[in-house]
Amino acid sequence: MISLEHVYKSYENGTPAIEDVSFAMDDGEFAFLVGPSGSGKTTIIKLLTGEIASTEGRVVVNGYDMSTISRRRLPALRRTLGVIFQDFRLIDNRNVYENVALAMHVYGARNSEIKKRVPYVLGLVGLEGRMRDMPKELSGGEQQRVAIARALANNPRTIIADEPTGNIDPELSAELMKLLSKISEQGTTMLVVTHEHDLVNQFAKRVIRIVNGRLASDSKGWYQA
Amino acid sequence: MNRIGYYIREGVDSIFNHGLISVTTICVILACLLIMGSFASVAVNVNHIIGNLEDQVSLLAFVDEKWSEQEARSLEKQILAIDNVASVTFVTRAQALEEYLGQLDDSPLFDEVEPTILRDRYLVYLKDISLMAGTQTRLKDIPGIARVNAHLGIAQGMVSVRRIVNVVSVVMIALLLAVSTFIMANTLRLAAFTRRNEVAIVRMIGATNSFIRGPFNVEGMILGLTGSLIAYLAQWLIYITVTGRIAASSLSFLEIVPFSVLALPMLACFLAIGLLVAIFGSRIAIRNYMRI
Repeated sequence: MISLEHVYKSYENGTPAIEDVSFAMDDGEFAFLVGPSGSGKTTIIKLLTGEIASTEGRVVVNGYDMSTISRRRLPALRRTLGVIFQDFRLIDNRNVYENVALAMHVYGARNSEIKKRVPYVLGLVGLEGRMRDMPKELSGGEQQRVAIARALANNPRTIIADEPTGNIDPELSAELMKLLSKISEQGTTMLVVTHEHDLVNQFAKRVIRIVNGRLASDSKGWYQA
Repeated sequence: MNRIGYYIREGVDSIFNHGLISVTTICVILACLLIMGSFASVAVNVNHIIGNLEDQVSLLAFVDEKWSEQEARSLEKQILAIDNVASVTFVTRAQALEEYLGQLDDSPLFDEVEPTILRDRYLVYLKDISLMAGTQTRLKDIPGIARVNAHLGIAQGMVSVRRIVNVVSVVMIALLLAVSTFIMANTLRLAAFTRRNEVAIVRMIGATNSFIRGPFNVEGMILGLTGSLIAYLAQWLIYITVTGRIAASSLSFLEIVPFSVLALPMLACFLAIGLLVAIFGSRIAIRNYMRI
């Protein structure tokens, strides 16, 4: 569950990044967060993952109130999230299996669980045959699928995908989005940040649009940039 | 247990994955401990030699010449009752004369000299020569003691030398320890810098500070212990070689502390310092990357 209530964020130099943004997502819901570059999408992601705190308003993620959460409790929140980044953020000197297993080690999973779960999630993203490959041996699309598998490893309540198709071929983007949609159908809350409106319009999903740091629209269906 | 196993695996893997940095770290520990160990060895030996010299410094307490030998001997208990007195040796007038004549050429001029011209005396050895002046006064106060000879200047000189050696040793070892930690922190900071992305990623997927530090601590411990052990073996070799050469040279009169006496304390110190410096250094090194 995600909830933003009248959230403001200004940076140290006083520049407002977002102003009076409110929206909520129920468990298992899928939504696109869209808007042009510099509109405040990344600020919202950072607020949700605890990288920054809001200047005003209330942000709640999976039951954690982000305006009052302590630094010590942040890891616990992050373990309820799966985060997928545009630049994949895989560890170069670890193979595909190890990159995914790492998320489970962080969670404190047993080795026996890790041995079962990692091949399973890699199977979900179609990479069961590439477990021993290093990230550099994979294409951009494959690397992003490893990142998705890593995000899925701990069966998180919410997945936040920040421009997941930004670094992959357009034909692979739709395929990847279908995969995220399928995962969401299993009950995972899915917030996908993108500025590719053509891609968004292929799916009849909820679209939260941010323009100049403000909520411009929040509706289901398609949108025009 | 699962997590500890993970830290150990990760720490060991990291040592081999970052081979050059690992070797550099071990070399830094080795160099710092060798310098520190060599300095400490010299300090211990200088202290030991001064200590031996101090043991040989004594006071000479002369008994009143009117007292008989038996009466003079009865003073021993009173002398030993003084706190700072370690031991005493009674020297009769005859022994004193014999010793005196022994220092001279066999001259017939002294053939007629009677022991009665000398006094019975005590050689008084002290526990702490820095308290020599006070002990001299206490001895003078004993009825029957006519005079007490004390080389206060020599005693004071030895005390000063020992103090200087002690202060310089402590300061130098503290300085070397600080320098070692600084060098170690910088070496490990370089290691952490190469892994900053990894730390940032692990942090974003929910790792706690202890989870991030775990493998670094294991790595630091292994590198610290390895460096310490190599430094200990090298120190052993250097010590045996140098003391062997001293024994074979004109300095053989110096009583050197055998390595067997230093072995255990040195091993314990090396392991403790290597371990602490490496762990402390690794903590400093990753501190900057823990605030994401």
